[in-house]
Amino acid sequence: MPQASAAVGKPAINFAIFAFFVLVTLVIAVSAAGKNKSATDYYAGGRDFTGWQNGIAIGGDYLSAASFLGIAGIIALSGYDGFLYSIGFLVGWLLVLLLVSEPLRNTGRFTMADVIDLRLRAVPVRAAAAISTLTVSLFYLLAQMAGAGALVSLLLGVSSTAGQDIVVAVVGLLMIFYVMVGGMKGTTWVQIVKASILAAGAVVTTLWVMSKAGFSLSNLLHHAALASPAGNAVLGPGLEYGVNTVSKFDFISLAVALVLGTAGLPHVLMRLYTVPNAREARRSVVWTIWLVGLFYLCTLVLGFGAMWLVGGKQILGAPGGGDSAVPLLAYHLGGTILLGIVAAVAFATILAVVAGLTITASACFAHDVYASVIRKGDADPSDEVRVARITAVVIGAVAVVGGIYAKGIDVAFLVGLAFAVAASANLPSILYSLFWPRFTQRGALWSIYGGLISSVGLIIFSPVVSGQATAVGAASTSLITNPHIDFAFFPLNNPGIVSIPLAFFLGWLGTVTDRQPADPVRFARMQVRALTGVGAERGTRS
Amino acid sequence: MALFQPSRGNARGAEAAPPVRSRPSGYEAVRASRDFWTIQRRFGSFVVPTCALLLVWYFLYVIVAVFAPGFMRVSVFGAVNVGLCFGVLQFASTFAIAIAYRRWAQRRLDPLTDRLRDRLERGRY
Repeated sequence: MPQASAAVGKPAINFAIFAFFVLVTLVIAVSAAGKNKSATDYYAGGRDFTGWQNGIAIGGDYLSAASFLGIAGIIALSGYDGFLYSIGFLVGWLLVLLLVSEPLRNTGRFTMADVIDLRLRAVPVRAAAAISTLTVSLFYLLAQMAGAGALVSLLLGVSSTAGQDIVVAVVGLLMIFYVMVGGMKGTTWVQIVKASILAAGAVVTTLWVMSKAGFSLSNLLHHAALASPAGNAVLGPGLEYGVNTVSKFDFISLAVALVLGTAGLPHVLMRLYTVPNAREARRSVVWTIWLVGLFYLCTLVLGFGAMWLVGGKQILGAPGGGDSAVPLLAYHLGGTILLGIVAAVAFATILAVVAGLTITASACFAHDVYASVIRKGDADPSDEVRVARITAVVIGAVAVVGGIYAKGIDVAFLVGLAFAVAASANLPSILYSLFWPRFTQRGALWSIYGGLISSVGLIIFSPVVSGQATAVGAASTSLITNPHIDFAFFPLNNPGIVSIPLAFFLGWLGTVTDRQPADPVRFARMQVRALTGVGAERGTRS
Repeated sequence: MALFQPSRGNARGAEAAPPVRSRPSGYEAVRASRDFWTIQRRFGSFVVPTCALLLVWYFLYVIVAVFAPGFMRVSVFGAVNVGLCFGVLQFASTFAIAIAYRRWAQRRLDPLTDRLRDRLERGRY
């Protein structure tokens, strides 16, 4: 447990800046929400956002605590290997742009399951898609909540376990408020404002670090390598993942999950519905690629900057470990004020991403499970929104409890797992639905459940959950810290390399062994709608 | 697997009979039409090779990083090594593909889909 002295800066000033940010975002959420009445308002912000607004909002959702704090932290501690993470996170966006964004916007209304349902029209498939959406959202939610605890303990000097738990609970309450009051419109505006401040902050801090290094990247790397105990090894790959054959394959597995996972993330996909048409969806993804790409280039400088100016020893000693690298760098450069701003932005990031995830999960439950599976499609839309709001509260509570337990797990790592589950359970059925004429209900069920069960199952039986004792008798670094409990038989931390191909294979196998052939009319409708946008829901103003 | 099969040899629309139903539905007729076939072929001929190329390029980078870390450490200038340049090239190629796709889609795809959608919405199929 972190000591009380671990807080950096002046907690009172930090707290004031925090409170100011939270207040501003609350005002934005309330004033942007306006009259949030229809389901389209609540789930899709009225479909009135322009491409660049939505692009920045998607970027805001994507540049979560994992990217902002996590990747820079990995770079600060392990050097180049953190850079590998960010490249996977970025390249995955091209698959969203080329394969998913426009067809998805053209064929769905609110959720990912809408798309698969248009193609297959089967209640069991919608239920399966809903279960996988909820699982991925909860995984991601847990990662964000885990980050919140560490960050706040660093900045507010909250060192007791009970105090940190209270902080996590406050995050949960605020998030429920955003979602209940703001709906998709409110959270999107919070995301836009936050992402802009985040990007500006990253650019300013990057230039600051570069100015210290005489605007020479070579100088910066040179200083960073000198400051690190690993020396020049930090400038090349392999420090974290090149230890042995297992860790090498673990990295490849992670790389597969990162590049394929983005196109299966439900909270990202749902944002594509907030624009009036497919063309704006395309534009938003291009904006997102610019924002995310430039941001990750900044994290490269920030990470090596932290390695040089702060040093690995101090970062590891701070609460939150690697996640504290950027806040500590900010403190080193600009003192208490810059630290407070960076930390408040990071905190706003967590709040906004958590709110976005909650909207996604609650929309999925209300729209897919309640309206389509339980009420068989005859639920009143206002009833559906009411259920969504109640679900948001329940999910908030689940996230708080989960966040309290997940404290201290590396945030970027948890997100890597969420990507693996998304790529296994969601991506195959989305792609098959959109592009494969023969795809059937059985193929969809096999691929969704197969991907979900195999990815989650392999995580449970991996060193992540049990049996990672570093020395005999020492506590294990897994979720189960008791070194005597060891039921891990899958050697890799990330299941992607097995579960993603398996899910694609099962989708194919289920389809070709299905005695009921695919309906050519449905595929024709799917393709015509996906490529032309006929029958797609437009924005409320256009 | 041919995910983007253009409608199977059915390029001339009305001439070929759909396989299952005796009377084609509206959507099947559209799907069999010349215009739609063109859209589909154009979309596939850009998207399939691009996706293949970008995945090969990305995994080449991953494989080299994992199995040839020594090569990645070769210095290019000062402390900047091959690995860093390779990584930055991944960023550059991502930006380039995004811009190229957007421009290509605006020029080559959007006019066709607009025309077809207009006709569909005016009930011409």
